[in-house]
Amino acid sequence: MAASSTIPSALPSSSAADDVAKLTATAAATEEAEARAEAYERTHVHGVYEAIAPHFSATRYKPWPAVASFLRAQPPGAVGFDVGCGNGKYLGLNPTVFMVGSDRSPSLIALARSRTKQLQRHQGSKARDQADGAAWEGTGGEGGGGAGPSEVIVADGLSLPFRECAADFVICVAVIHHMSTRARRQEAIRQLLQCVKAGEAGQPGGQVLVYVWALEQSSSRRGWDEGGEQDLLVPWVLKSQQSQQAKAPKETRDQDTAGAAASNKSGEEPPASGGAAAAGLDATQSGAAIGQADPVFQRYYHLYRKGELEEDVLAAGGIVVSSGYERDNWWVVATNEPLGHGQPEAEI
Amino acid sequence: MKVLTLNFLTCAVKTCKASSDSFPLHPKDAELASDDVELNPQLLVNLLPRIDWNALRTTSTELGFPQLPEQPPTAEELQADEKMLKDLHTLLMETQLMEGKLVCGHCGHEYAVREGIANFLLPSHLV
Repeated sequence: MAASSTIPSALPSSSAADDVAKLTATAAATEEAEARAEAYERTHVHGVYEAIAPHFSATRYKPWPAVASFLRAQPPGAVGFDVGCGNGKYLGLNPTVFMVGSDRSPSLIALARSRTKQLQRHQGSKARDQADGAAWEGTGGEGGGGAGPSEVIVADGLSLPFRECAADFVICVAVIHHMSTRARRQEAIRQLLQCVKAGEAGQPGGQVLVYVWALEQSSSRRGWDEGGEQDLLVPWVLKSQQSQQAKAPKETRDQDTAGAAASNKSGEEPPASGGAAAAGLDATQSGAAIGQADPVFQRYYHLYRKGELEEDVLAAGGIVVSSGYERDNWWVVATNEPLGHGQPEAEI
Repeated sequence: MKVLTLNFLTCAVKTCKASSDSFPLHPKDAELASDDVELNPQLLVNLLPRIDWNALRTTSTELGFPQLPEQPPTAEELQADEKMLKDLHTLLMETQLMEGKLVCGHCGHEYAVREGIANFLLPSHLV
């Protein structure tokens, strides 16, 4: 049983909103679809992360190996942005680069700030590995040398305040699949590409690493696969301390930080649902059957099918450097056309 | 927020990006604090070419720091100049803008900074 609900047609699913934009190409219709998509994401993405921030953050501390190696491969002194940084688990990971993380959720950014301040305080200290505690195990301290300098800001991925062409690299992990129309997803990638340096003769441009959830997850228990519905609401069960202890370990392990190593390797997994969680579409509450009154929050996801992420990069005016699949996710490294080859037009 | 960070931020309003007036943002009613950060000379030398020096001069003056030289030091000059290293470290890495506003010189929009975090979310009429 898939722990998810298909969005009813009354809601602006990706295809519905895309169709509106295509069929009635008037500015008014596009604007209306855009406003609906925004309102929808407010309820099913932004509102959810605000509400679950501390709980979500406690389950997000392990960097994905491929993201970590992308960051470690950056040259000393590089400047990078992490768009949709959440609790900031990638900030400071490479001690020789400066990173600025942004996120739409003020609550997650407040958590990220206290975390990066703590890492900085331990910079160079031998005790920092112990002092950081298990909750941040594996970030920042690997390879010695302490944490790199970093910063966090609150910003929307579709209205980024970054100086254009200023970054050596950008990462955007598990973010773009929360945008509810294809136009918005492509615009998000366009804005990431505008952040990085353009390539010049003999010098490659800055690289953008994007990770999104895959539709093809045949090996996961969620049961999603090729040909299935791509636009879903995925429940997040906000378990209280008490009910977490009362639950059988098998059912709670996805959210349980102590047991997260086994199930949380991909870094972006929804909680295992007890089935009843899938029934409700209300973002506030629907989980009476789980525990006592554990609230269930429905997050919107667009599950990317094979090849779709590369298509979106091209539509955003970028070029694909490399791409692949890792643990239920598609990823791509993208860059801009080198100067002199016709810059992608920035019509917004 | 570090002064270094300000060097990479501009107005979030799309129509402002093309205007040179939108960068750097101007601190207003700024309350500063000083962090204790270990000096890392190599990091500063490596970051130097990524910094928009003119914008940094503006920010530095606006925050009440001594005027920076017109031209940035070369990597060799910076490496050999202990005072310059220390001054830049204090300015870029240790000085924190804790409270206040960041103002766009093009549209006039003010972004709030609270507890060291700048908020760039726009009201709906500016998106």
